[in-house]
Amino acid sequence: MERIAITDKAATVVRKLKEQHGDLIFHQSGGCCDGSCPMIFEKEDMYLDESDVLLGQLEGVNFYMNRDQFEYWKHTFLTIDITEGRGSSFSLEIPMGIRFIVHSRMLTEEENKVLNP
Amino acid sequence: MSYTKPKFKTQYGNFINGKFIDPVGGAYFENRSPVDNSLIAKYPRSQKEDVELALDAANAAKEAWGNTSAAERAALLNKVADIIEANLEEFAVVETCDNGKPIRETLNADVPLAVDHWRYFASCIRAEEGTATELDANTLSMNIREPLGVVGQIIPWNFPLLMLSWKLPPALATGNCVILKPAEQTPSSATLLMEKIAEVFPPGVVNVVHGFGPEAGKPLASSPRVDKVAFTGETTTGQLIMQYASKNLNPVTMELGGKSPNIFFNSVMDADDAFLDKAIEGAVLFAFNQGEVCTCPSRILVQEDIYDKFMARVIERTKAIVQDNPYDVNTMVGAQASNDQYEKIKSYINIGKEEGAKVLCGGDVRKLDGDFANGFYIQPTILEGHNKMRVFQEEIFGPVVCVTKFKDEAEALEIANDTLYGLGAGVWTRDAHQLYQIPRAIKAGRVWVNCYHAYPAHAPFGGYKKSGFGRETHLMMMDHYRQTKNMLISYDKNKLGFF
Repeated sequence: MERIAITDKAATVVRKLKEQHGDLIFHQSGGCCDGSCPMIFEKEDMYLDESDVLLGQLEGVNFYMNRDQFEYWKHTFLTIDITEGRGSSFSLEIPMGIRFIVHSRMLTEEENKVLNP
Repeated sequence: MSYTKPKFKTQYGNFINGKFIDPVGGAYFENRSPVDNSLIAKYPRSQKEDVELALDAANAAKEAWGNTSAAERAALLNKVADIIEANLEEFAVVETCDNGKPIRETLNADVPLAVDHWRYFASCIRAEEGTATELDANTLSMNIREPLGVVGQIIPWNFPLLMLSWKLPPALATGNCVILKPAEQTPSSATLLMEKIAEVFPPGVVNVVHGFGPEAGKPLASSPRVDKVAFTGETTTGQLIMQYASKNLNPVTMELGGKSPNIFFNSVMDADDAFLDKAIEGAVLFAFNQGEVCTCPSRILVQEDIYDKFMARVIERTKAIVQDNPYDVNTMVGAQASNDQYEKIKSYINIGKEEGAKVLCGGDVRKLDGDFANGFYIQPTILEGHNKMRVFQEEIFGPVVCVTKFKDEAEALEIANDTLYGLGAGVWTRDAHQLYQIPRAIKAGRVWVNCYHAYPAHAPFGGYKKSGFGRETHLMMMDHYRQTKNMLISYDKNKLGFF
């Protein structure tokens, strides 16, 4: 059972970025300005450790979130999408004039039992 | 009275070494106005090579600039303030065009405040003194503050000129050279400022490089040729910048946003007077700047026994907000800064509804007429729910507030502090004890007491917890841009006697 998914349009962008940059990771941001957006980086660009939670894999790209933030997000199912617009962060899709955004819904009771036992 | 979209050139350059130059790679990006999605101008899509040019200029200038007198630097900062003030309307219209915020705000808040921050730091650097301590009859410890050298600053798009004016003056006042990267959504006012002040500072002291985060921001933040990075933005980029700084063992300051509680105790409704009127406005300030403020009071907590009556007044006041043409001085709420913000906010309103939050007002986009139909407008929205909902926990950065009730002081504090962030908070009460004790118990860097959204120079601003560290808009920021040189001087003619 998964807690994340990706739209076809967003998956196409991820594949394109993988061709350009090699191995990638997603990291979900929090806070000000462009916060609350998923960001994509070259795999070795971000230092990850036990304070990051792996939510799943999209197009072969691991999706992480900080553990503190995950505590507030763990009851939601996330769908990564792409939208037109000018974001400002170090995320690799920004120069393409598009950016990843996250849609979400509450997990069903059944999903919750499995994913957050 | 209404203004119109200002005139721009077709394209602009980076400001490096005292002049405007084209990006090395010759690439530009289109900057559009969120007011009506029309083209403003093209700005450089800079790469590492452009950042390196700015680093060359800043490093070449730092020795001489660092040795100028405080009087000289203060005079130049004051000159910048005078120039902004003399062109206040022009800056205000450009800012409204680029960011989407209403002109009444840029005319009365953004630009006048920017002026004052320049003047404040010009004054600070003249008024302060170093310290000297006589450790014993023959030993003097003298502290001289020295500039770090070259500073990288990355600023956000919600208050483009004001954030620039929070960051540049303390760095320049203390004798540093700066490379500033404005947000790619809002490059216009920084460019206008460089046009106006091109001759003020020696070449290389102030440099502005435009472009995208991964292409221009990252090379700046990770360069071993900067001595410090200051950043305002979100947590993931903050973490990355700290990582890069750790490789260079460089200091950083971070302002990373929040989810600020605005707490209303029952005594606010003890009388229907001017203070209650102020408190109601204080709750509605969530819609100020379209909610695009790091300290947006995005969680309203109301004591349960006044909840219904108080919220009825807040809803009434929110519904009376004028959201229209941002260039019209009567407009109170304008456009969101960009399409992706607009999409994100829409998505959060849906999340709130799905989570079971009740929409008390707003809850949808606003379609304006004519040219503005293409702009990014969202109705001021009040959602009622509980603090564990995602809309209560995540910074939506839109005109969306979440409201809940509390029983007593203990519960108010529990809800207020139940967040990853700690940037701002508001406390409203007529109770003298609460006025002191509640703010002390809130884990946030700025607690507004019986007011909100005031950002004067001379009051330190910065975060607790995941909202970052460092204190801006105050003389203590100057020490974030300096080293301390301790000279330990002996006036004793006699040897130690060890050897």
